[in-house]
Amino acid sequence: MSRPWTLPLPLRRNRPAGADGRPPRGHGGQNPWQVLKRRFHSGELGSVPVVLGLLVVWIIFESLNSNFLSPRNLSSLSVDIVGIGMISTGVVFVLLLGEIDLSVGSVSGLAAAAFAVLNINQGMPEGFALLLAVLGGTLIGAVQGFFFAKVGVPAFVVTLAGLLGWYGLMLYILGASGTINIDDKGLVAQLTGFYFTHVAAAYGLAVLGTAGYFLASYLDVRRRRAAGVPARPMGEIALRTGVLAAVSLAAAAVLNQFQGLPLALLIFLVFLVGLDHVLRRTRYGRMIFALGGSVEAARRTGLNVALVQISVFMISGTMAAIGGLFLASRVTSATQTSGSGNLLMDAIAAAVIGGTSMFGGRGRTWSALLGVLVIQSIASGVALMGIQTAVQFMITGGVLLLAVVIDSLSRRAQRSHGRV
Amino acid sequence: MSAPPLLALRGIFKRFGAVHALADVELEIRGGQVVALVGDNGAGKSTLVKVIAGVDPADAGVIEWEGRPVHIGRPHEAQDLGIATVYQDLALCDNLDVVGNVFLGREIQRRGLLDEVEMERRTLQLLESLAIRLPSVRLPVASLSGGQRQTVAISRSLLGEPKLVLLDEPTASLGIEQTAQVLDLVEQLRERGHGVLLISHNMGDIKAVADWIAVLRLGRNNGFFDVTTTSHEQIIASITGASDNAVTRRATPGWEVET
Repeated sequence: MSRPWTLPLPLRRNRPAGADGRPPRGHGGQNPWQVLKRRFHSGELGSVPVVLGLLVVWIIFESLNSNFLSPRNLSSLSVDIVGIGMISTGVVFVLLLGEIDLSVGSVSGLAAAAFAVLNINQGMPEGFALLLAVLGGTLIGAVQGFFFAKVGVPAFVVTLAGLLGWYGLMLYILGASGTINIDDKGLVAQLTGFYFTHVAAAYGLAVLGTAGYFLASYLDVRRRRAAGVPARPMGEIALRTGVLAAVSLAAAAVLNQFQGLPLALLIFLVFLVGLDHVLRRTRYGRMIFALGGSVEAARRTGLNVALVQISVFMISGTMAAIGGLFLASRVTSATQTSGSGNLLMDAIAAAVIGGTSMFGGRGRTWSALLGVLVIQSIASGVALMGIQTAVQFMITGGVLLLAVVIDSLSRRAQRSHGRV
Repeated sequence: MSAPPLLALRGIFKRFGAVHALADVELEIRGGQVVALVGDNGAGKSTLVKVIAGVDPADAGVIEWEGRPVHIGRPHEAQDLGIATVYQDLALCDNLDVVGNVFLGREIQRRGLLDEVEMERRTLQLLESLAIRLPSVRLPVASLSGGQRQTVAISRSLLGEPKLVLLDEPTASLGIEQTAQVLDLVEQLRERGHGVLLISHNMGDIKAVADWIAVLRLGRNNGFFDVTTTSHEQIIASITGASDNAVTRRATPGWEVET
């Protein structure tokens, strides 16, 4: 008997399945508009919306008050962003899992208080107290991660308990006085107080960063060409390098007009570059992304799911503690209000505004920088104009809503694009 | 045939409490052969796949791999032998691109960092060797069609050069065009000399690509047919158990169940 159900073979064979039958591409060599369109459909808009948003915010505030873009204000902005930015960078990691960490505000306050108590009240050397405060954040993250990953309590609830519990612990260790001033010449105070005043520092960093970026991109293209894999056109790399050079040199020029390169900004950038490297270039980072995409798929590849989840909460706790120390450094004290107020919401909002998805699996550390720039710019602009903070909340709320809408839309576009 | 089969199951038993999910099941698969595993719901198809894949080992029976008895107690033992399994729900990470998914859990590293260039090169090579065309290997798989996603899942399983590929309902929930795409791929696997165990409900797919059909009914073998010489009705009868029926047996006196 023949095979009555067989489709005629010639029909099924060697039919190009792609839309156009062209070979698969890597980074396509299309014009920028097509690239943007494709990126939107694949849900990979990246940082385009937030950069546009930041420009709009700056233009509006500058037109309302010409002091906004003054070197003094921008320099102060570049230091103000670091505390929240560090916390927000940790939040990016948790968001990549598709989870949330509500405890970061309290943990940052607790770390500041712990440092102040250990250093000022107990007389412990500063470096040691700082290390213990940061490791305390790591430990808190490990505990919360354990309850989430091993016990199976939703992250939302675990970290909500943390939000209350760690805040309580902070009040407890601060004791009756409620405020501990830290040494304003000390190590922690210098974190936000020190500036590399020599002109060469800021320019050098800008040149070095740009050159590093160009070199990495160039070597990548060379390897790709040698391997016969699609590569970014050199024109695109030149353009990106040019933009990066312009932005970083302009920032350096502005900073040099005031006090030079702030140490805080340098540390923040080092963290961003390092953690970005971890996320995108290492196997560990790939695991985090995989967990954000599908826990089950990651598990089937033999990945130790719980271990990675716990480690991510540890990163979040550590970064919260580091951020808390920078915030304490800015006001040279640890107080009962450290880590409270809208710090938590700002840190999470910054990550989301910067383009990290609330749904998990999409985001970069740079979104913390961009998002916190938007939030602090609004705060600084509102303060300059002497309007009530009420307005600041409303504007930040609106921006956050916009960011989440963009996130949801691009996600939906991606889904519907898939089901052709 | 002289060479021993790639995989031979002899007298496999699997019990869940009082239920005999598999009883005395025999199965042979050779390289370059597509064996379809069919049966009604609850016939034990998925249980058998889990036994072979090492997810849920058998209680009793012998598994022979290339002629020698082996023990498959855990998924990675099956993988080490050269058995790759593509599950029905794909197990892809939507947010990762094609390269990321193909190499998930087996990333190539260079000086401690991911070697994206090498992974992309090998992915392109793999897809090309399977005549799979995708718009781009750097797109998140969420933006691929169902058929394209299935081809990615299957090509991922081929990365370790397995000798046997288990496909659990690869064409369920796919459209006609996409089904054809996946069936093309199954034929590619056969031409490359892989053994394929294809679980399917779709008789059309089975007739299109399978060489042999193994029927399970209530956890037991209920026939092993050559696709070219067996009619659709005979297979259906074997699946539903109509051939057990005395009346049917009388109506088709010339046919015997091969075991």
